[in-house]
Amino acid sequence: MIDFNVAPFEVVRDYDKCVNCRVCERQCSNEVHHYEEGFGKMISDSTKCVDCQRCVCLCPTKALKIVPNQNSFRPNANWQQKYLTEIYKQAESGGVLLSSMGNPEPFPVYFDKILINASQVTNPSIDPLREPMETRVFLGAKPQTLQRDEKGNIVTKLPPRLKLSMPVMFSAMSYGSISYNAHAALARAAEKLGIYYNTGEGGLHKDFYKYSANTVVQVASGRFGVHKDYLESGAAIEIKIGQGAKPGIGGHLPGAKIVGDVSKTRMIPEGSDAVSPAPHHDIYSIEDLRQLVYSIKEATEYKKPVIVKIAAVHNVAAIASGIARSGADIIAIDGFRGGTGAAPTRIRDNVGIPIELALGSVDQRLREENIRDNVSLVVAGSIRCSSDVVKAICLGADAVYIGSAALVSMGCHLCRTCNLGKCNWGIATQRPDLVKRLNPDLAAERLINMLTGWNHEIQEMMGGMGINSIEALRGNRLMLRGVGLNERELQVLGIKHAGEV
Amino acid sequence: MKFNGKTYAAKEINDAIKAAGGDATLKEVLGERFIACGLKSGVVTIEGTPGNALGAYLDGAEIRVRGNGQDAVGDTMNDGKIVVFGSVGDTLGYAMRGGKIFVRDNVGYRAGVHIKEYGEKKPVIVIGGRAGCFLGEYMAGGLILVLNKENVKDPIDDYTGVGMYGGKILVRAHLLDTLLPKQIKCKRVEGQELAEFTPYIKEYAEEFGAEFAALTKGDFYLLTPDSSNPYKRLYTNN
Ligand code: SF4
Ligand code: SF4
Repeated sequence: MIDFNVAPFEVVRDYDKCVNCRVCERQCSNEVHHYEEGFGKMISDSTKCVDCQRCVCLCPTKALKIVPNQNSFRPNANWQQKYLTEIYKQAESGGVLLSSMGNPEPFPVYFDKILINASQVTNPSIDPLREPMETRVFLGAKPQTLQRDEKGNIVTKLPPRLKLSMPVMFSAMSYGSISYNAHAALARAAEKLGIYYNTGEGGLHKDFYKYSANTVVQVASGRFGVHKDYLESGAAIEIKIGQGAKPGIGGHLPGAKIVGDVSKTRMIPEGSDAVSPAPHHDIYSIEDLRQLVYSIKEATEYKKPVIVKIAAVHNVAAIASGIARSGADIIAIDGFRGGTGAAPTRIRDNVGIPIELALGSVDQRLREENIRDNVSLVVAGSIRCSSDVVKAICLGADAVYIGSAALVSMGCHLCRTCNLGKCNWGIATQRPDLVKRLNPDLAAERLINMLTGWNHEIQEMMGGMGINSIEALRGNRLMLRGVGLNERELQVLGIKHAGEV
Repeated sequence: MKFNGKTYAAKEINDAIKAAGGDATLKEVLGERFIACGLKSGVVTIEGTPGNALGAYLDGAEIRVRGNGQDAVGDTMNDGKIVVFGSVGDTLGYAMRGGKIFVRDNVGYRAGVHIKEYGEKKPVIVIGGRAGCFLGEYMAGGLILVLNKENVKDPIDDYTGVGMYGGKILVRAHLLDTLLPKQIKCKRVEGQELAEFTPYIKEYAEEFGAEFAALTKGDFYLLTPDSSNPYKRLYTNN
């Protein structure tokens, strides 16, 4: 069969600079580069390149660059090249298209259409370098009333909560979808930063039980690696109902990735697929969800908050309202740009709604129903920088989850081929030679650096607004204005347009 | 602990069981949920009808129910044993990964969904009567036995083993003409092949005072998936 596909990228080598050291050949797991004895020079096969930029970064003479292939199908605003290419792939294979990382399509990014306020004249801004600035947050239910004994001491038993030094956590990424070293880095960074990382649905490797004070353990429909000690080993337990990258469908780790320790951690035989069905087959209603929440609470003696994670879908506000009454302590909402190790392309790119709009409507709905304090809200998919964090908090979030941003800080270049299992950065792979490229200590340091920077920026923005605690920022929509948004969008977000007082 | 018609919160019941070191007899139980969740040791005897999620995450203890169970008995159970002297509702042993469950009579929909095994850990569910639809759905490992003690025509129901990619389901039946999903292999058990399963049938017979010989008489069918990688050829990297 003729291969109709063209290489999406072109590997450009500057032969004046190339010294034939063959570093690129050794670094590229996609086998793009090789040394051609006959020619006495390096040759590349661009068709295999995924634009991960590994060779570009490691080339000692900076002789390489990867550029989009300028070869063009006849331009067509409707039939973009991508659609033709995808048809060719399916015409060849008959398969469902599989992609990874978050939705890359040009849908509006609402965070980029929202601007933050600052004080001028009438209320002074605060200098975070001189004055205390509180970025610590507690996640969990907040009791509506306080009870005191006759001596005036508070007797209300506080529900279990998570304490974060800053309003950011690492979102669920399973061991299996990412490497041992990536998990180790996330766990170490979470511990140092005083935040949390999340096991995802792959169970918890025995080496990481020592980070349990900073671990959120996940329970998904497949219940992989879930048992009592696993539940005990988390600071909180997250029930995964859905994920932003693939709402409404389950997860599926192919047997080829179920090797060695991954198999042991998930507690399934090597080489067998790990299928997490779309629904939990014991949850068909909020009442059923309540049962799972309470069975977990019973098994862990009400000592740990329970998070319920859902994807942002059309009726997210009504669903969140139900969850807020299910006994859950925290609701995590994942927007349609959330990352993933693998998702069907059509689902990733067409299902779900933007997190900004989901958050705006959920927060407003829970307030209207007077149940906002039953739960904390954590949002994800996708938070790219500290101003996204500030905007999310002003729209009503208590904290955010970051996944892609964390991987990027470790070296990920969003080449979106995690599903191939050959990540040249040692992140989304189980191949020992690739995994060892990621040094967990250095990766942890990069994570810590990034979030330390973010935290300073958050404090700076808060100070600029004259606000000295995250508490006073949460749901403070007056600090936001939209640009280029229509009436409806502003209404859903609950904010005014720039220029309005 | 005797309930006498009073309702206790799940936490009170479980605290009392733990205070007694795991050994307890609960009398006149009427729908109380979450009993013995995650219990590691001891023997809990229940008289009456325990509510949903009995023995969820059970981790080594034994639960003996003198009556019927409701939904989600042994949900995500890891180890131990549950014996029910009656029938149970839906989603028995959801995502179970170890231990044994014996149900004297019938079970509802979706029993043994997503059960899995690893190394030594191999969950076993023995059903004395018949099972509802979706038995062993998404099953990834372990063993389900349907003994059909009443010798009914259809001891299992539609969609048995749908999405199954590991483990075994053994059904005692005269002739299995239930509609089975395409990816399930069904074969009659011949001669010595039953030996692998007789210890569990024996244990069932001893637990409930049933006659071993009667339960091993007649034909058995073994259902297994035809691949442990059912989704492999479904995808095209994009
Ligand atoms: S796949 Fe990565 S390492 Fe290989 S040629 Fe392309 S950019 Fe370089
Ligand atoms: S984790 Fe690796 S494979 Fe996945 S997008 Fe990032 S660089 Fe590419």
